[in-house]
Amino acid sequence: MSTGAGAASGTGTGRGGGTGTGTSGGSRERILARIRAAVADAPDAPEAARDYLETHTPDERVIDLLAENLADYRALVHRTDSEGLPTLIARLLAERGARTVLVPPLLPAFWLSALSSVGTDLIRVEDDPTATARELDVVDSVITGCALAIAETGTLVLDAAPDQGRRRITLVPDHHICVVRTADQVVGSVPQAMPLLDPTRPLTWISGPSATSDIELDRVEGVHGPRTLEVILLTE
Amino acid sequence: MSGTYLGMPAFPVAAKEAVGNETLRGNLRHATHTIRDKRAKAVAELDDWALLREAGKRIKDHTLRHLDRYLVRLEESVTAAGGVVHWAADADEANRIVAELVKATGETEVVKVKSMATQEIGLNEALEAEGISAYETDLAELIVQLGDDRPSHILVPAIHRNRGEIRDIFRDRMGAWGRPAPDGLSDTPGELAEAARLHLREKFLRAKVGISGANFMVAETGTLVVFESEGNGRMCLTLPETLISVVGIEKVVPSWRDLEVFLQTLPRSSTAERMNPYTSMWTGTHDADGPSTFHLVLLDNGRTNTLADEVGRQALRCIRCSACLNVCPVYERAGGHAYGSVYPGPIGAILSPQLRGIQSEIDASLPYASSLCGACYDVCPVAIDIPEVLVHLRERVADQGGKGHRLEKAAMKAAGWVFDHPRVMAAGERAASKTRRLHPSKLPGAGAWTDSRDLPELPPESFRDWWKKHHNDRKDTGT
Repeated sequence: MSTGAGAASGTGTGRGGGTGTGTSGGSRERILARIRAAVADAPDAPEAARDYLETHTPDERVIDLLAENLADYRALVHRTDSEGLPTLIARLLAERGARTVLVPPLLPAFWLSALSSVGTDLIRVEDDPTATARELDVVDSVITGCALAIAETGTLVLDAAPDQGRRRITLVPDHHICVVRTADQVVGSVPQAMPLLDPTRPLTWISGPSATSDIELDRVEGVHGPRTLEVILLTE
Repeated sequence: MSGTYLGMPAFPVAAKEAVGNETLRGNLRHATHTIRDKRAKAVAELDDWALLREAGKRIKDHTLRHLDRYLVRLEESVTAAGGVVHWAADADEANRIVAELVKATGETEVVKVKSMATQEIGLNEALEAEGISAYETDLAELIVQLGDDRPSHILVPAIHRNRGEIRDIFRDRMGAWGRPAPDGLSDTPGELAEAARLHLREKFLRAKVGISGANFMVAETGTLVVFESEGNGRMCLTLPETLISVVGIEKVVPSWRDLEVFLQTLPRSSTAERMNPYTSMWTGTHDADGPSTFHLVLLDNGRTNTLADEVGRQALRCIRCSACLNVCPVYERAGGHAYGSVYPGPIGAILSPQLRGIQSEIDASLPYASSLCGACYDVCPVAIDIPEVLVHLRERVADQGGKGHRLEKAAMKAAGWVFDHPRVMAAGERAASKTRRLHPSKLPGAGAWTDSRDLPELPPESFRDWWKKHHNDRKDTGT
């Protein structure tokens, strides 16, 4: 199809310590030739029909279902309006005992406008692209927005927009507060989410706090990601 | 993982050892029964499950039919997004490519996300031979690596260990690999998870090279996708400067929207969750966010051979959910190690002999490690007809061996093992009736005497079922 892409692969980088123009290039052609031979006589296989449901959830149920499914996987769910948001955030940080809070580059200013009301020693840490993982590891909490949320699966999707920041800032701290605007950021189902997401951005789908099923196939919350996930459902 | 699959005994020998191990059997029974009930509940939430399953099957079949086209498209997309694509015909080539990429960074240690492909090619051992330490970061993989053990399940490689055993491994072995386990560590899952968190965090924070596989690759966009639970995947995919992903060529899907099917079916089939806690999607490199260098190693290693088999190629639809392991009466009793492969259970019994060929005793015996009960097919989210492929592979084993051949003997012993376990057989008979149309009229591998006569047709229900029903009916009517 395109020999141009082939020429770029494995050879056009100038790094990688000579991973083998010869071997990699030769293997590319060999693998593609083997595939063509393998399926030469195979029956036609048309593209799949998308006759499954676009959603399983009526619109009026979407916000409540999101809250239920988030809670079912042990996220702590709060609801408030714009007026109540600053004090709710301040209260959650105070209850957590956070001394430092990490913020992405462009958080709406009013979200953090009540921090001073709960104590003067809470330090706001701006994400610095040069900050090392070790520096992030000493921060107590992080606050972000999200790209969207999916009710049926209890999922928040982050796309590293300026109100969410780099992927690592919602990973290394142990406490994540995520604000979801219910008016325009919640969809019912996964198929409804896909056209709204931009795959050229790095995407992180979060469904509850870090967990594992590796000990006797039983779900236990809290391994490497934030062990406490708080979700604020923000109404107008 | 220093355990090796080379020289593994054929299935029946290894299975016999496992059945004799009471702890192992108890661990497996507990875990598989827990998960299979939860899965049924998670699946029942979606009333279009059958349509999603059919769509998943068709997406995979369409992709495999045009695999050359979609791999070239993927290569273009990944390259355009700043990644570098390599092609590896076999395990040795893949290992060599990865080792050279790591060496070029000057680093001597890497952190790894759980990946079936890198286990399949023995990457950790290959890196170790080059002086590079590979640290597994998935909790179950960590348990396996610290215990100098072999994985026994696709999703939960340490499923054969219970919490007490895990506590002992952490207490005895963590110190030799890094931060020791906390004093007085108990066997509660929460404390064990905390011990893993502390042990691995120092490795994540200093890691410069991450190695992963991928659950899916999107040809249209160049996006790679990793499903995980713990956050170790996110650590490995975002903190290091260099990311190397080793992915089987069958993992590509054509379009972004194709993911919406598997995002619904994989978590429910796998961990029985509506969604796993974390799914990461990345497309090449992203400015100032995550690794600045991304290499994708596309792996064949027997996949094109599998693709050439018109019945067997459906095994390449597999999305590694492991639902088939959890419902299999043979797996439950024999355990994962008996399959002599990183791919155990029903899917392993059709995948390993195709990827590796059926020249060894273990691979020739695997198609017989089944009672053909069909439970695996029922739960498969991409509708792989595992019993059909098993029967087909039995024919291939028989054809290449001939009467009295050592491979035939290994195969017959595996079949004998299944026959010797009444509860396995009971499950098998029930479904053998349901899958009557699949059964060959000649018994493959049974030697010359069957050539002149057809097998009797399977009755619509087994004697066991008939007896039970009859018995119950009598009770019900009070006679």
